[in-house]
Amino acid sequence: MSVKRLSEWASDEIIYLDISSDDNYDLRRDDQGYKNRDNFLDIIRDVSDVAFMPITVGGKIRTLSDIEARLSSGADKVCLNTMVINDVKFVDAAAREFGSQCIIVSIDAKETLDGHKVYSNGGKNETKFTPHDLALSAQNNGAGEILINSIDQDGKGNGYDIPLIRKVADSVSIPVIACGGAGEWDHFSEVFEQTNVDAVAAANIFHYVDQSVFLAKKHLFDAGINVRKPDLIKL
Amino acid sequence: MTNKSICILDYGSGNVRSIYNVMRHLGHNVLISNEEQKIKNSSHLLLPGVGSFSSTMKKIRENLPFDCLENEVISKGKPFLGICVGMQVLAKKGYEFEQCEGFGWISGSVRKLSTENLSLPHVGWNNILIENPHSIFNKLKEYRDFYYVHSYCFDAHDEGNVLAYTDYGEKFSAVVCKDNIYGFQFHPEKSQRAGQLLLNNFVMTS
Repeated sequence: MSVKRLSEWASDEIIYLDISSDDNYDLRRDDQGYKNRDNFLDIIRDVSDVAFMPITVGGKIRTLSDIEARLSSGADKVCLNTMVINDVKFVDAAAREFGSQCIIVSIDAKETLDGHKVYSNGGKNETKFTPHDLALSAQNNGAGEILINSIDQDGKGNGYDIPLIRKVADSVSIPVIACGGAGEWDHFSEVFEQTNVDAVAAANIFHYVDQSVFLAKKHLFDAGINVRKPDLIKL
Repeated sequence: MTNKSICILDYGSGNVRSIYNVMRHLGHNVLISNEEQKIKNSSHLLLPGVGSFSSTMKKIRENLPFDCLENEVISKGKPFLGICVGMQVLAKKGYEFEQCEGFGWISGSVRKLSTENLSLPHVGWNNILIENPHSIFNKLKEYRDFYYVHSYCFDAHDEGNVLAYTDYGEKFSAVVCKDNIYGFQFHPEKSQRAGQLLLNNFVMTS
């Protein structure tokens, strides 16, 4: 299972997003040596059985009981997105109930003629919010961290959206995680050197490169950035 | 792996699943319970913790057979490990929300971190600085990063009870120990191999 491998390679955290548009999680494969799952909570349980690191879960969270269900299935934090745009007070309610440390607000942003704008519903709908204003308002309502994702850069592999990330990171004091666009290790160090972000996230590059997390950390460590020493230790 | 048996004390603290999973992964006999007989039959006791000092103490009073626990740990010397708030309640007094009585097993008190301009809660990876070498750190070498989620910290009255500190705006107790009683401020169950190493070392103490 890839999550187990990522944990063994010493990823710092894992973010698991449910981006399915229907509720069908069955991979219809019987060649992988583990059970197919037909619901997302079972997937979280499977992940937390093998990943001994912080797990963040996002997607389709609309109520406080959605959050509770994810936390009790093994998530340590949840990631809110569309609900923040619908009603930022939901962040306040969630932070009061479960603590700021477990509420991450993710923001999907896209460049428009009018500057960067926040998009909702998986990047489908443009909203009136600018990413830095929404980040600030999320912070003021008790969010513990911000995950900023560039829709324009996502999946392209040619680097993070530095101006977007810089502006968001400069507008809040809580930790900001940059996402969207990493295609080579230099892109990680670039975003640390040119903005105030606290962390970088990526997906494709970690899945398609062997020993990816180790190599990424080694690159950052060698560039003098404060990361855990990239070693694979044995018990 | 061993014939040790670990009882994770169940008082309704939420996520005990990850600590259970990691103990099972390490090959230990582990169960989650608050029954006297199971506590007595176990070789090691583990108190997990998420939440505030006072709400944790309230749940512990309601759900755990405290006299039995104290007898096993204090009189019989059974190895005990408290994690995060589970370590903080070892103190005599806590000041989160309201002043509250703790176990008083390790002399000290619990107060909010004073981090100046760093944000609270302290969430994320940080390294420990070992002050007093101890077998709990066996094989740890330079892999000293652990995962933290907390806003409060344990001030031990006797510095000899603090085995390691962590720096986050100020130095605070990361690992405390008095005889058979241990406390980790970080979450070993979320700290990958370094965390597993320390949990394994705890189980090896007898």
